[in-house]
Amino acid sequence: MQLKDLLKAACLGVAALGLVACSSNSVTDSDVSSQESTGGSQQVGEGAQQGGADVEIDGVSPILTAEEQERQRVEAMRQESQVVYFEFDRSEISGEFIEILEAHAAYLLDNPSVTVLIEGHTDERGTPEYNVALGERRAKAVARHLQSLGVLASQISTVSYGQEKPVNSSHTEAAWAANRRAVLVY
Amino acid sequence: MMKRLMLTFGLWLCSIAGAQASLEIVITEGVDSARPIGVIPFDWQGFGDVPLDISKVVADDLRRSGAFNPIAVNQMPQTPKDDSEVDFDAWAALGVEAVLVGSVVAAEQEGQYTVSYTLVDILRGQASGNQELRDGVLVQTYDHVLLDRFRTVSEPQMRQMGHLISDRVYQALTGERGAFLTRIAYVVVDENASYPYQLRVADYDGYNESTLLRSQEPLMSPSWSPDGRKLAYVSFENRKAEIYIHDIYNQQRELVSSFPGINGAPQWSPDGNSLALVLSKGGQPDIYVMDLETKQLRQLTKGRRIDTEPTWMPSGKELLFTSERGGNPQIYSVNLDSNRIKRVTWEGDMNLGGSVVPDGSALVMVSRVNGEFRISRQDFDTGYVQVLTRTRLDESPTVAPNGSMIMYSTVAGGKQVLALVSMDGRFKATLPAKAGNVRAPAWSPFLN
Repeated sequence: MQLKDLLKAACLGVAALGLVACSSNSVTDSDVSSQESTGGSQQVGEGAQQGGADVEIDGVSPILTAEEQERQRVEAMRQESQVVYFEFDRSEISGEFIEILEAHAAYLLDNPSVTVLIEGHTDERGTPEYNVALGERRAKAVARHLQSLGVLASQISTVSYGQEKPVNSSHTEAAWAANRRAVLVY
Repeated sequence: MMKRLMLTFGLWLCSIAGAQASLEIVITEGVDSARPIGVIPFDWQGFGDVPLDISKVVADDLRRSGAFNPIAVNQMPQTPKDDSEVDFDAWAALGVEAVLVGSVVAAEQEGQYTVSYTLVDILRGQASGNQELRDGVLVQTYDHVLLDRFRTVSEPQMRQMGHLISDRVYQALTGERGAFLTRIAYVVVDENASYPYQLRVADYDGYNESTLLRSQEPLMSPSWSPDGRKLAYVSFENRKAEIYIHDIYNQQRELVSSFPGINGAPQWSPDGNSLALVLSKGGQPDIYVMDLETKQLRQLTKGRRIDTEPTWMPSGKELLFTSERGGNPQIYSVNLDSNRIKRVTWEGDMNLGGSVVPDGSALVMVSRVNGEFRISRQDFDTGYVQVLTRTRLDESPTVAPNGSMIMYSTVAGGKQVLALVSMDGRFKATLPAKAGNVRAPAWSPFLN
């Protein structure tokens, strides 16, 4: 449902872009004509000979490009963003990661044979065994979110490493924030 | 100042002599009331150099217990070769209550040594003067001799012999069993190694270290079998958490738990027949007990919240575990007969990672205190809680089998290291490692 809305909004956006493109072309045209009216050079003369070639530049299908572009944008986002970050001792997914997960869901819906492994991780605070439990809860929160977007449970598996595989092994707030994460691995 | 200088010098010597130890115990906080004791350099009767300075092993052990303060050799009033040479008055003047003398004699068989030792009670010796009147006759008495033993050992066993002597001396003078002839298991993480995760075992003081397992994936939660022969632990070698049992003598490994989800926090039961563990195959982490012979599982907790970190009461009839059923993690108990669950910890906003002391009188755990994770102890009969450490990011407390000392993992100098704190919090030491981060210590049971 959310995904459909997203696509709809994206289509509208690209359609609007198409309109802008059209109008900018017409501006170019009027510039040319104004150059002509100022009684211009040889160049203008050559341009006038080729006549309507200038207005044929518009001949692309804006709607199709929009879909492709949107697809590419979402796929680029999916490839670039495979990590969801969490607050200390929490496993709720914050709003900033919703779009990323939607991109992953779109990809998994399009490719039902593809599976994803979601790794849950924590920072080093607390105890290693408790953190394995917390990491699992984070991985499962991401898994549940993908399923709510229509991804099949059979496409998703989870593993929790707790605090055992930090990306930053220093003992600072910044390192902890980077380590509290769920990672989508294809 | 002079004293401090000498201490530094002593530690430097230690690190030279202890080339084979990759962990070294460094005392960071001593105890003023530690009892002075004389550990005389053992008399060597053989050719060449003595294979090992056993008396130094004993003195180091006794100092690290926090209970004793061995007199430095250059401060000793005399260095007697045996108990007959002990000058009771000279030692008594220093406040020394006991003196250990001994000898190492090269045996006829090559590579064998006979180690003899005698523990002398200075006060009793001073009172009787080695002699008493019996039936009107002055006779030699030996009631000032607390221990007088010998044993023939091979060279590789000499350190163990030293720890054994420490155990005997400790018991003779405190009435409690020593825990020097014990081992520790721990995990070393060295990101630069080709196998970054390594499970190792060493003597409690870091000597005789050997690596049991190297892996490219994490290793966690080692737990000793009560006979000190096997370790249960978690390995991610198959890209998922699984529990293995590893015989440390014959190196046989058995995969005992590989259910979907978490297979974690194994803890051997006191009778050695079953394993408490955490499984999330039911949807969330719950406490189970596995019969090691039949592999049959019994589920002890259920619910949507996290239950983890089981630890056995010495009776084997009750388990303590961490649960966030009340919001934040706190420690609860579950009775194996009645399945009744009770909350155990009430002070502070987080208590977790519990470990029951061997006599069952107290719980050692990780508590969040002013935002820092520290080791604390809660006495069961009074409910009194004492925070024992001032370090940060403390975790994985494990208790010596005699209940005198707690080893745990902490962060010092930007690295994870092991540390020691006495049960009353007064004695503290760290065990800096040569390379890598060290975590997940597990103290073995008594090995003698």
